[in-house]
Amino acid sequence: MRSPVSRRQFLKSTVFAAGAAVVGTGPAAAGPGTEEEPLATLIDISRCIGCEECVYACNDANARKFPEPEKPFPTMYPSRVPVEDWSDQRDVTDRLTPYNWLYIQYATGTKDGEEITLTIPRRCMHCQNPPCVKLCPWGAAKQQPSGLSRIDSQLCLGGSKCKDVCPWDIPQRQTGVGLYLDILPAFAGNGVMYKCDRCYDRLEKGEQPACIEACPEQVQVIGRRSEIIALAKERAQEMNGHIYGLDENGGTHTLYVSPVPFDQLTYDTGKGKPHLKPVKDTMADGSNLALALVIAPVAGAAAALGKFYNRIKEEA
Amino acid sequence: MTDYFRGRRLVYGLILFFITLSGFAQMPVFARYYISDIPGLGWLAQFYVTHAMHYIMAALLLVLGSYAAMDAVLGRKLPSAWQNRVNKGRLTATGWVKVLSLAGLMVTGCVMVVKNLSGVYFPHLLIIFLDLLHLALCMILLGATLYAGIRKRPWIAV
Ligand code: HEM
Ligand code: SF4
Ligand code: SF4
Ligand code: SF4
Repeated sequence: MRSPVSRRQFLKSTVFAAGAAVVGTGPAAAGPGTEEEPLATLIDISRCIGCEECVYACNDANARKFPEPEKPFPTMYPSRVPVEDWSDQRDVTDRLTPYNWLYIQYATGTKDGEEITLTIPRRCMHCQNPPCVKLCPWGAAKQQPSGLSRIDSQLCLGGSKCKDVCPWDIPQRQTGVGLYLDILPAFAGNGVMYKCDRCYDRLEKGEQPACIEACPEQVQVIGRRSEIIALAKERAQEMNGHIYGLDENGGTHTLYVSPVPFDQLTYDTGKGKPHLKPVKDTMADGSNLALALVIAPVAGAAAALGKFYNRIKEEA
Repeated sequence: MTDYFRGRRLVYGLILFFITLSGFAQMPVFARYYISDIPGLGWLAQFYVTHAMHYIMAALLLVLGSYAAMDAVLGRKLPSAWQNRVNKGRLTATGWVKVLSLAGLMVTGCVMVVKNLSGVYFPHLLIIFLDLLHLALCMILLGATLYAGIRKRPWIAV
């Protein structure tokens, strides 16, 4: 059974309203005070037929953002620094690369006693509190109030920290492009990191992300996160299925619904092929320690005050 | 110089060392330059470890800072005869540079801690500005500390 909300209706009530809001406030949309609820996408794995239309649509829509490195690359020191060059393998679509921000992952599992194959569109999860953005030491990665995160290719130095802190190792590096070339290419930086930016530019124009629009099976839906959660739960109930992304890394703006439990899926994973394992909230320690920072000055002042009164008592 | 500040200078030295180390570890440099390959220093390349450490050191620095500030203010309220000689002194030039850069680091650092909370969206340019200001203040602090160390300039001149 299909969800009672028709897709068209759903989009009318959410995405395009959202698109208009983003367009309306222009660049200021990046600032605080935009109280709109962030957008999330639902990816219903049970509907995907693995045709890769979304992959090609992504590549077309974002081709102008892809790196155009100049060769030869400057030599980097020390020699352990890896050169990562995908510019001659732009056609690779079976994993994430700087030229392929979305790929179809094959998975097998058992449903009602039968072995089934599932195809899963994989890309950045757009975490609610994205460590790739929050821990970027230069502020090259940014999160927008609409809930998407993206890496500014004008500012990124390619140190790959975002990939190291991403629970899914999403961002992919291309050597030989970007700001580091103008600084100290031999000693710092190594190119630019690339990943799905959830078609921020299309959203600003009130359009849907290219992969969503191109899909013949309406696998993806975009809307306010609370509505997407409701829809995901509804779909999960219909198919007696499971949801990924509600709590992963503290919650993401991408929710997967699968007919097979995620921990019972067998799939190809490794470099550029993200896993589907449970993920704890990587930013939780920082958020908890923030409380210590509030208490700290009070504790220090109290200690000094205590000392002062003791002193007075002693001398009196 | 008396030994009046000896204990807190030692604590401050340790905090400064570890906060600087964990601060620089926020930039992906220790793995590239083999430093995290030195046995026992592997944690320097683990971003979540150094991030938590930077926060813990920042909390300790705030405890020490507010203690020292409160102590200085209250100390001056004691009858003159009870007061420590050093407490009556004035900050030296390097002392001022260090105090002000520390204050700046605390402010920019705490704003960045807020930025890192879930659901907080700062304007992109503000984040870049805070990052660079934090880094610049860190350099000023370390420069002043080095200069004061070499030229033997105390925090407070009596
Ligand atoms: C209350 C004190 C402090 C707090 C709360 C604080 C907080 C922070 C935070 C949250 C970051 C990560 C930036 C990000 O979110 O991307 C950071 C980075 C950094 N901190 Fe601190 N910090 C403090 C004091 C210091 C001190 C005293 C030093 C060194 C003397 C220092 C050196 C650094 C360096 C080098 C970085 C990396 C470069 C940068 O992102 O600017 N910090 N600090
Ligand atoms: S276009 Fe739709 S059906 Fe085809 S692979 Fe992508 S998500 Fe699956
Ligand atoms: S999935 Fe990874 S790259 Fe995407 S927002 Fe989360 S941390 Fe960043
Ligand atoms: S949202 Fe846009 S950038 Fe992201 S995978 Fe889809 S088409 Fe590609």
